[in-house]
Amino acid sequence: MPPAVPDDDVLTSRGMGSGVAGSGTGRILLIACGALAREILDLKRANGWDHLDLQCLPANLHLWPDRITEAVEVAVKAHREEYSQIFVVYADCGTGGLLAARCAELGVEMVAGPHCYSFFEGNEAFAARSEEEFTAFYLTDFLVRQFDAFVWKPMGLDRHPELRDMIFGNYEKLVYQAQTDDPALDAKAQDCAARLGLAYERRFTGYGDLAGALARLG
Amino acid sequence: MADDDEIILSELPDDELVLQMHDDLYDGLKDEIEEGTRILLDRGWTPYDVLTQALVAGMKIVGDDFRDGILFVPEVLLSANAMKTGMTILKPLLAETGAPRMGKMVIGTVKGDIHDIGKNLVAMMMEGAGFEVLDLGINNSVEKYLDALAAEQPDILGMSALLTTTMPYMKVVIDTLKEKGMREDYIVLVGGAPLNEEFGKAIGADAYCRDAAVAVETAKQLVARRHNQLNA
Repeated sequence: MPPAVPDDDVLTSRGMGSGVAGSGTGRILLIACGALAREILDLKRANGWDHLDLQCLPANLHLWPDRITEAVEVAVKAHREEYSQIFVVYADCGTGGLLAARCAELGVEMVAGPHCYSFFEGNEAFAARSEEEFTAFYLTDFLVRQFDAFVWKPMGLDRHPELRDMIFGNYEKLVYQAQTDDPALDAKAQDCAARLGLAYERRFTGYGDLAGALARLG
Repeated sequence: MADDDEIILSELPDDELVLQMHDDLYDGLKDEIEEGTRILLDRGWTPYDVLTQALVAGMKIVGDDFRDGILFVPEVLLSANAMKTGMTILKPLLAETGAPRMGKMVIGTVKGDIHDIGKNLVAMMMEGAGFEVLDLGINNSVEKYLDALAAEQPDILGMSALLTTTMPYMKVVIDTLKEKGMREDYIVLVGGAPLNEEFGKAIGADAYCRDAAVAVETAKQLVARRHNQLNA
C-alpha cells in the first residue's frame, strides 16, 4: 500500500520521518524539503521506485534559509549508516551556495538549480526566462495550499495589511507553477494574486527537472 | 478626557520621553514618533541629538532583536516606517544645522533583483548615522552603478541582492571597477539574505554586512580607516 501523505500543516512545521514514506526498505534515502513530499511520493508511486525512501524536513525552514544547511547535515549524518546512498532533494534554496558546499563535504548529491521554482519549470527554461520575468512572484501547488503559512502570516499581512505594497510593490504578477491540473488550486492561486494586488498567470510545469533527477538514482 | 493609563508624551521629562520613543519605535507607532520628535525639538534639542538619541538608538534595539530572532520582517518594517516619520521632520533641519557628515554612499539592488526591504533599511540607518545616501533603487546594471559613482564620488558603494541567481552580479560590478582601475576609489559593502562572509571575500568586496546595524558600524570603521590612510 502506498504511504499516506502527511497533512500539509505537518509537512510545513514538522516534516516527515522516513518510516512514514518508504518503510525503510529502500537502498537510497531522499532527504527532501517538506514542500516536495507529495510530488516525490507521486513520482515514486507512478514509477515504482521502491528503492527510494523519503524523509522530509519541515518546509518552513525556508522562512529561515540559514538553518537549512545544518538541518540537512544533521539528517544526512543520522541516516548515512542505514543507506547505500543519500540524495538531498533541495536546490540552493537561499543558502548562497552553503548547502552545495556542505553536501560536497558530506559526499552526497543534491538537486541542481537555485530553487524549486526553477527546477519545476526546468532549470534551463527558468534561467532563459529570468531576465524578462524577475518581477514575478512564484507559487507551487504546495505554496498555494500553504499560502497563509508561508506568505501571508510570516509577512505580517494578517496583522498589518498596510505593509503589502511595501513588501510586494515591486512585483508585477504572480505565476502559479502548477504541478497538477487542479481547478481548485487554480482558483486559490488566483485569489492569492488578488490578495497581493498582482496580475495572475497559471503555468503548468509538472515535475520538471525533479523527475529526471530522481530517475537517475540507482 | 485622557485615560488614567494613557501616557502623555508632552508631560514626560526628556530622559523618559526618549525611552518612551524607543518603545514607540519598537512598536512601530508613527504618530507617537512624530509627536515625540516635535516635542524634543520644541524643548530645544538639536535635530542631531533627536536623531541619534531618540531614533537611531531606538532603531538599534529593533535591529538587535531582529538579528536575535525576536522581531521579524513585518515588525521591523513598521519600526522603519515610524523612524521615517521622524526623519522626514529632521532631515531639512539637519541640513540647516550642519550636523556632522560621516561620508557618502551610493546604494542599490543589483540587476535582475527587485527586493529592496533590506537595502531600504540600510539606506535609512546610514542616513541616521550621518551618511549622505543616494539610493539607486532596484534592478541596477553595472552602467547605472558606474554613472552614479562618477556623478556622486561617494566613499562607499553598497550592493544588495536577495536571490542566489542575482548575487553573482555583484562580482560583475566589482570586476568592472577593477578593469577600469577604480576599485580602490571606493569602499564596497555587500549584503542580502543569501550572502555570507565567504562570498563577500570571494567577489572582492571590502565587507559583507549581515544587517543594517552591521553595515553602519562597518561603514564608519572603513571610512575612518580610509581617512587615516589618506592623511598618513
